[in-house]
Amino acid sequence: MSRPRTLLDKLWDTHEILVRGDGTSLMWVDRHLVHEGSHHAFAKLAARDMPVAHPALTFGVVDHYAPTRPGDVAPDIRRMMRTLSENAARTGIRLFDLDDPAQGIVHVIGPEQGLTLPGLLINCGDSHTSTHGAFGALAFGVGATEVAHILATQTIWQSRPNAMRITFDGVLAAGVTAKDMALHWIALLGADGAQGHAVEYAGAAVDALSMEGRLTLCNLSIEGGARMGIVAPDDVTFRYLSGRPFAPNGAAWDTAVADWRQLSSDRDASFEREVRIDARAIAPTVTWGTSPEEALPVTARVPMPELLGSKAAHARASLEYMGLQAGMPLTEVKVDQVFIGSCTNGRIEDLRMAAKVLAGRNAVVPGLVSPGSAMVKRQAEAEGLAQVFVQAGLEWGASGCSMCVGMNGDLVAAGKRCASSTNRNFKGRQGRGARTHLMSPAMVAAAAVTGRLADVRPLLEGRA
Amino acid sequence: MSGWTRLTGSAVALGGANIDTDQLIPARFMSQPRKDGYGTFLLHDVRATEDAHVLNHHTPKVLIAGRNFGSGSSREAAVYALVDFGVQAVFAPSFGDIFAGNAVNNGLLTAQIDDALCAELTKLLGGGVAGAEVDIAVGRAVIAGCGFAFALDDVRRQKLMNGWDDIDLTAQYTDKIATFRAARVAAHSWALPKT
Repeated sequence: MSRPRTLLDKLWDTHEILVRGDGTSLMWVDRHLVHEGSHHAFAKLAARDMPVAHPALTFGVVDHYAPTRPGDVAPDIRRMMRTLSENAARTGIRLFDLDDPAQGIVHVIGPEQGLTLPGLLINCGDSHTSTHGAFGALAFGVGATEVAHILATQTIWQSRPNAMRITFDGVLAAGVTAKDMALHWIALLGADGAQGHAVEYAGAAVDALSMEGRLTLCNLSIEGGARMGIVAPDDVTFRYLSGRPFAPNGAAWDTAVADWRQLSSDRDASFEREVRIDARAIAPTVTWGTSPEEALPVTARVPMPELLGSKAAHARASLEYMGLQAGMPLTEVKVDQVFIGSCTNGRIEDLRMAAKVLAGRNAVVPGLVSPGSAMVKRQAEAEGLAQVFVQAGLEWGASGCSMCVGMNGDLVAAGKRCASSTNRNFKGRQGRGARTHLMSPAMVAAAAVTGRLADVRPLLEGRA
Repeated sequence: MSGWTRLTGSAVALGGANIDTDQLIPARFMSQPRKDGYGTFLLHDVRATEDAHVLNHHTPKVLIAGRNFGSGSSREAAVYALVDFGVQAVFAPSFGDIFAGNAVNNGLLTAQIDDALCAELTKLLGGGVAGAEVDIAVGRAVIAGCGFAFALDDVRRQKLMNGWDDIDLTAQYTDKIATFRAARVAAHSWALPKT
């Protein structure tokens, strides 16, 4: 009998073309996604006068610099979008341009269009490519040199990561989401806690998540140091994918689902590292510092750095940058603005949860809601969610990476504090001197209506 | 890209964990073409707010940094900023995975040292500069008079020393790639995007 294999093993083995003497594998890339930031890679290829090997397997989308507000676009930003458009046209790559009804954030539209499927190896020049692992795909972010290599050869050299499993036992409490699960484990293990590993998420709380929730969980794998996050595909996955534009249909669909049902870790497979977490004990979580590991339940107080051992110096610097006093309750931290969106939490379910909190209430601070894709935008408008945001006093924008990374000019001003459904609370991430608190979209909505970091649970009482 | 085996120059310690790629190069600089160099963008906002920042006074070839250096975004521009500034080697207790991969593709050595050695070197250097020698072939460095061995996997050692470009390396496997592709499409036709 063959050795029991992890899901990572199975995905790896089906993409490994060869192993070099030094142990590095040459891997076949099924799907490659590019965006405006890929210009360095196209330039490298052009400098060598090389064609794109398999343009039908690469898809482009305008997202990092996509404007979310009407009006003029700065020349630099216009140039970035035009360069992608020209590169795509020249090399025969299908581009979801700004005016395409399927435009959106690369990690939102991949799943939405059925470009992301179980069993695929997916690369993109963006660290949050780990998102796509939610479908049981091997998906990881790469740099510009690797993007150029994929364009030229449709392959990538990689060392097999170690397998790690995080099992979330039990069910989440009301008002607690996949975002809280992710921030919880990153706080527990550290922002480099899973370095060198591919994390498979398992357990009852993961099984119970929608695809949107699993995407959020896998998206944030990189913030815990893991280059990849994976969830074994199941009926939730198949239901989501059925009928998507680029997904197989007819007899091909049945064959695909039969193949996909094999994609789970064998019962006796061994992992290099195993972590178990009680999902029932997870509370709505917020970050207080400048690393995603600096996160706590919203009911806690800003920590005393001297109690944090080797992390004390970083904590002190974080508190200074964030303008917070050690020991103050997190719920006394006042925010200046809010942002809902990003590849982490810009999907329809995220907007539904935020709208549930905001319905019939007013935001007391300004804020921007940027749907993760043009399709999410249309759906949110059809469901009446957009109207809820506007009536609450928030701005309803177009889709893109927007205020998560600020490349399109959607910035948080220096010294301003933003409650944000995004993925990085790094210094300057949302703008020079900006102060970011990460949390779930529902928690951002709670911050919007209270003007503070706030526990969303009381605000959800009586709301089905 | 030309490879390198030994360097002689200076080193400084940056101190602090989690120096992420957003700090290494703020996003707003990433629409700039590379031709003018990315060196001035390195840690731009940190240096702009701290006149005393060690990189405002020295241009070292070697950095000693805290754990989780280069975590965050896959932006290779973070490596361009370091390389264009003149940095050839970074020693830290841990690195962001994607950053470390990008580094080796641009001739930048990222080598792990343990917490104790990191603390010792940081203390020796203080806020100043000292001599540094690094030898990739034998995996040894001397920084501020403190000599130590560092581990480097053979893949990275060879790439750094030879300045290899993966596209050239992969070209020798063109036939194997074509065979693999044909077999994959035959076995799993659903893996192709529906047209």
